[in-house]
Amino acid sequence: MKAFAELLDRLAYTPSRNDKLRLLGGYFASTPDPDRGFALAALTEGLFFRLPLRRTLSEMVEARIDPVLFGLSRDYVGDTAETIALLWPERGAGAEAPALSEIVQAVQTAAPAVLPSLLAGWLDGLDPTGRFGLLKLLTGALRVGVSARLAKTALAEWSGVPLANIEEIWHGLAPPYGALFAWLSGEGGRPEVGAGPVFRPLMLSHQIEDWELALIEPSAFAAEWKWDGIRVQASSRGGEKRLFSRTGDDISASFPDAVEALPEDVVLDGELLVMRDGEVAPFNDLQQRLNRKSVTAAMLKSHPAHIRLYDMLFESEEDLRPLPFIERRARLEAWHEAATPPRTDISGLLDFSSVAELEHLWAGARATGIEGLMLKRRDSPYIAGRPKGHWYKWKRAPLTLDAVLMYAQRGSGKRSSYYSDYTFGAWREAANGERELVPVGKSYFGFTDAELKELDAFVRNHTVDSFGPVRQVEPKLVFEVAFDSVHRSTRHKSGVAMRFPRIHRIRWDKPAEEADTLATVLAMIVA
Amino acid sequence: MHPDRFDSWLTVDGKGLYCRPGGFHVDPSSAVDRAVITHGHSDHARPGHTHVLATRETLAVMQTRLGTQAWRGSQAVAYGEALQIGEVTVRLVPAGHVLGSAQVVIEWKGRRVVVSGDYKRSADPTCAPYELVPCQLFITEATFALPVFQHGDAGAEVAKLLKSREQFPERAHVVGVYGLGKCQRVIATLRQAGYSRPIWLHGALIECCALYESFGVALGPLKPATGAKREELKGEIVLAPPSAVDDRWSRRLPDPVTAFASGWMRVRARARQRGVELPLVISDHADWRELVMTIEQTGAEEVWVTHGREDALIYHIHSTGRRGRALALIGLEDEDR
Ligand SMILES: [Zn+2]
Ligand SMILES: [Zn+2]
Repeated sequence: MKAFAELLDRLAYTPSRNDKLRLLGGYFASTPDPDRGFALAALTEGLFFRLPLRRTLSEMVEARIDPVLFGLSRDYVGDTAETIALLWPERGAGAEAPALSEIVQAVQTAAPAVLPSLLAGWLDGLDPTGRFGLLKLLTGALRVGVSARLAKTALAEWSGVPLANIEEIWHGLAPPYGALFAWLSGEGGRPEVGAGPVFRPLMLSHQIEDWELALIEPSAFAAEWKWDGIRVQASSRGGEKRLFSRTGDDISASFPDAVEALPEDVVLDGELLVMRDGEVAPFNDLQQRLNRKSVTAAMLKSHPAHIRLYDMLFESEEDLRPLPFIERRARLEAWHEAATPPRTDISGLLDFSSVAELEHLWAGARATGIEGLMLKRRDSPYIAGRPKGHWYKWKRAPLTLDAVLMYAQRGSGKRSSYYSDYTFGAWREAANGERELVPVGKSYFGFTDAELKELDAFVRNHTVDSFGPVRQVEPKLVFEVAFDSVHRSTRHKSGVAMRFPRIHRIRWDKPAEEADTLATVLAMIVA
Repeated sequence: MHPDRFDSWLTVDGKGLYCRPGGFHVDPSSAVDRAVITHGHSDHARPGHTHVLATRETLAVMQTRLGTQAWRGSQAVAYGEALQIGEVTVRLVPAGHVLGSAQVVIEWKGRRVVVSGDYKRSADPTCAPYELVPCQLFITEATFALPVFQHGDAGAEVAKLLKSREQFPERAHVVGVYGLGKCQRVIATLRQAGYSRPIWLHGALIECCALYESFGVALGPLKPATGAKREELKGEIVLAPPSAVDDRWSRRLPDPVTAFASGWMRVRARARQRGVELPLVISDHADWRELVMTIEQTGAEEVWVTHGREDALIYHIHSTGRRGRALALIGLEDEDR
């Protein structure tokens, strides 16, 4: 547990993705089985205890620590688990630090009644970092900024085995992943995966460049809309059904309606959407259903899930991936017509006979639910990853807005000496009839390192107030902000939230008074 | 004035703690006629006093930091040497906080008072260790007076820094440290761990290190970081004042891992607030256990609490059957937090 807690501690304070990969790789390399396997499970949510420890902990604390001193400490620290970890009475020598595997196995098998005494023994044997890690592990909230995907990427980088190969077998494996680690460290063969559904790494596209567009041969390519939902793989095998995200996360629990509608023995590629009366709802509606561990009946009714199918990877046991795209499409259509699964339809192909016609289609892509165009070679096999020259995405042009810099916040890690996170606003008329700025978004990228230096200097020279790491600046500088879409939000003062905003250009030349108004932003909302 | 009523002869005026039968202040917050100074941190050693009494090391620190402003007249006193000042006897004994730091032992008519100044009980290779003096009134600091503050072994924290250096050999590691005390303790602890490479210093830290060395504290090879080439600093350990770490100064360093050595780093919210990647819990102040233990060991019947958080410690003191109260010193903000 000690090494794992130290890893968690280090990860929590490390903002950079590459540095996190390095720390994870170092841990996997130096930690024995089965501890590293359980650690991997904890990081990928394969271990999700969520023990209701609140009562137990408060009883344990009452017996050991003066309540007044605990209260004062809790107020200062701001987090109960951390407070307990910090002031748990040290036993000093004698108490042995428990291994992670020992903890996991005990929690999985122990009767609830013995858990408090087990827990107390573990806390006695650990240092503050260890105790904090333990409590976070048991209550199911590691919060160290590591996604399942990042953990798997670390495995790939550490072992040299391609990520796609790991993902392909991932969902057939279980903690503590002994066979996986044996394979990755070259001591065993590729693990056999069982009869259940597994994730097949997706085929991804490249953003098309202008010069590539000119080379598109209409007879060699198929075109379809790129729908504005989330890319998923729907997989059913051996009576089990699962929905995976693009990165291989199992999101079945959030979308039981879509999962239930799946027929037997098939692997499909499509776009998950919320659909009402045959119309694609805004992305925001889909977001309401994401990241929920369980869904209410009301939510299922008001935000029904739907999969718009792009491709078919397996039909029964037959692997269709080596077939050309256009043949897989034909198989998909025939299968769909026969199986008629509810909550699905097929993304239609678009007619075009010249690049000019494609450009016309692209320029008209403004309707809800469309993110742009996809161009796919008719003869492309289904290749995991992002192979060159097969699939292209052509995102519709972003929306842009001229907004005024209002606040700047210090970045983290490498950027901690810079004011690099910017909040910008648009004008509106205040109650007293005067114009005021209201924040409409926040972004910390889109600019170059050289521009960051200039922006940092601007912030320092135009600060009017500061609150901790945040500075309020004179409303002087205009950003041309690019974003994918904007929707209504009750959580923001302006009533709007932007999707994927980035600083497109810094308009040093433009007077702030000429920046855009909130009314302009509101007009961009596609209902 | 009555010797048994401590607050009749030790009072707090607008400038801090005043000893009436001796006619002097201890660590006054602004200029006074006669001052006894516990140590050289700027929240204790203010400029402009007419007459200063302190250890030789503390006087040297004050001279370095304050120059001609330090005092008009000064008197150096060795640890343990007894002096008669007015009606009282005064002795300075080691406090274990930084080089030259002292507790002030005041005796008057058979009663003994110890003013702790800042102190710690854990080992520090750069200064004399804390010396326990039994007394009737103990005036203690309380910077880390909450049970959550339990500073571990400084060596273990330095080991974290060295491990990170192995994990990220192409990056510099910049450690935020206060110039007097923490800086030299971190260096000395690195040396104890067998680290023999040059340690690179921000310009503001150089003078204080030289001063320590002139008093015989060996720090090993040190180099100025200002003016060093970026290439040269890859894989190196650089020390800088906290304000420089998260400001433009640190941009000269190759992709630095930012560390900070302070007792506050034990609490996550504090480390986060500073944007630290590698918090190192190294403190020159007594932690909760040391405060509680020291109060117990002095045998004091009365304890006054100052310099930090008073509520929890006074609550604890009452629970042990002692008299305890907060000594609200005005205008004292700790430099060495
Ligand atoms: Zn001090
Ligand atoms: Zn102090």
